[in-house]
Amino acid sequence: MAWFKRNAQGIISQKKKDIPDLWLKCPGCSEIIYKLELERNANVCALCSHHFRIQTEGYVKLLLDAGTSAEFNEEISSVDFLKFRAKKKYSDQIKAAIKKTGKKSALLSTRGKMNSRPVVLCVMDFSFIGGSMGSVVGEKISLAIDVAIKEKSPLILISASGGARMMEGAVSLMQMAKTAAKLALLAKAGLPYVSILTDPTTGGVTASYAMLGDVNIAEPGALIGFAGPRVIKQTIGEDLPDGFQRSEFLLQHGFVDAIFSRTVMKEEISKILDVFCKDEIDASERNGLVDVKNMDAAEISPAVEMDAEKKN
Amino acid sequence: MQNFVLDFEKPIIKLEQQIKEMQDYARSEGISLDDEIDRLQSKARKMQSEIFAKLTREQRVKLARHPQRPFTRDYIERIIEDFVELHGDRAFSDDPAIIAGLGKLGSEKVIIMGHQKGRDTKQKLHRNFGMAHPEGYRKALRVMKLAVKFNRPIILLVDTPGAYPGIGAEERGQAEAIARNLFEMAVMPVPIVIVIIGEGASGGALGIGVGDKILMMENTWFSVISPEGCSSILHKDAGKAGEAAEALKLTAPDLLEQNVIDIVVKEPPGGAHRDHDEAAQILKKEILDVLKKLKKMKPDALVAKRIEKYENMGFYSQHPFREG
Repeated sequence: MAWFKRNAQGIISQKKKDIPDLWLKCPGCSEIIYKLELERNANVCALCSHHFRIQTEGYVKLLLDAGTSAEFNEEISSVDFLKFRAKKKYSDQIKAAIKKTGKKSALLSTRGKMNSRPVVLCVMDFSFIGGSMGSVVGEKISLAIDVAIKEKSPLILISASGGARMMEGAVSLMQMAKTAAKLALLAKAGLPYVSILTDPTTGGVTASYAMLGDVNIAEPGALIGFAGPRVIKQTIGEDLPDGFQRSEFLLQHGFVDAIFSRTVMKEEISKILDVFCKDEIDASERNGLVDVKNMDAAEISPAVEMDAEKKN
Repeated sequence: MQNFVLDFEKPIIKLEQQIKEMQDYARSEGISLDDEIDRLQSKARKMQSEIFAKLTREQRVKLARHPQRPFTRDYIERIIEDFVELHGDRAFSDDPAIIAGLGKLGSEKVIIMGHQKGRDTKQKLHRNFGMAHPEGYRKALRVMKLAVKFNRPIILLVDTPGAYPGIGAEERGQAEAIARNLFEMAVMPVPIVIVIIGEGASGGALGIGVGDKILMMENTWFSVISPEGCSSILHKDAGKAGEAAEALKLTAPDLLEQNVIDIVVKEPPGGAHRDHDEAAQILKKEILDVLKKLKKMKPDALVAKRIEKYENMGFYSQHPFREG
């Protein structure tokens, strides 16, 4: 029973006005930030440099020259080939994710130019089933590597993922091997691969392509690890040290080459590619690893499309 | 060590005990109970094949974890002659959760390695329950590179509940160690044969699990996550592992269908833990058969085929998502 009783009748509380959401609180420094200001600064807090999560389009805009991006393989989408049933059906989760994000998968692959240099860019989308890697992410990366090899372009891959997609079982696990194998071919072709790790990058994604860059770059403060912090805490029964599995921790232990703020990412990657991409001498020729003259003949055949209908 | 019996094995074991008692009695009394014993033996065999013919996925997971199941070391002792173990990653330490070495498999000179679990508590702790640290994967890579240098096939036995999730493992780059192995193994110009001999849990299994042919013993599992892990994520409760095992479709026949593995290796009746010698001999023959074929391939073709095999893994649709 309430302590106070409202005796007077007909009191109407004031209706909340719909105020456009122009401000938000920074989780890093608790300052109230003006949203448009934040967007102008690549969604990085100007005060504490907290990196807000951004969508795939945000990275495309950030890294590629305006109007140069041409997405490919955007139609490839997941099928529930295991008929995975738990609390939710996997097929319903796929539908819900497509509806929510307006995208078909957790990875965008595109060709474009970075300070006039042609590049292949892949960006993971954490909002699509936690950015989890299943058959589609694996295949899109595999095909993007084919494009990079064919066009002799460097590959830039931005990871944001909880790991392999559980609902595709062992097949998800094999995507780790698939992507790593294709990166080995990219390496043999003497082409640079820059891996960018953003918040969060864990599990099977970290344990495959995210850690395999010629250069691994992290955004500040990103959670990056193999096992999730909760699992580690449960296993060892102790609290985890401050800053454990954050970008700065990985830098200290030698697993990322550098931490760059999103605001300077494009310029920093361009510097790296300027040195790696030898325009006059093809690096693969000097390594003697790939016969460049027979490159077309040796070209890797694209993966066979598994017909979903047939499988079902 | 005390015999460990799974629930569904109990009727078989009970019947076998009866048979043994009857045999002992007949011997001590000098009488013949052969007819009766024969009848019971055929009954036991029938019961066993019936039970094993309709094992659930959860039951297979239990068999894969059976404490008396042969471990890497048991297989090596039985099938590898002149085995020499090689220790250490040359950078940090030696990881007892992975055994690596060389020896002869029949007439084949091979490099062999695998996860090692422990039988008793002391051994279990020493082997960290078969959960490797980064130095384990780096040792494995170092020894695999010897196989490449001296042109010998590699045999990898997988049996792990997962790569170890701990502070030290993260500090020393568990993810990087596994990723590096996948990257290197994909293009090694020597035959690589993988056998899942028990548990094949996630990245910890894959870290020594990329190659030309993947064999899977009949009563093992291989997946992206353990049934318990899957259950605790989906239901916030590790107790629904049976359901999770069904959902993950993680047994050898499942994975053959999913195009993940190549061969299901038969186990002795009642499972590998019932007869280590026979299990090892069956495995030896299978590995030799596979090696014979792989050795005929030129290194370039071998690597190209391996990459193609992984390229083809996965199921997806090129079409816009449709209802149903």
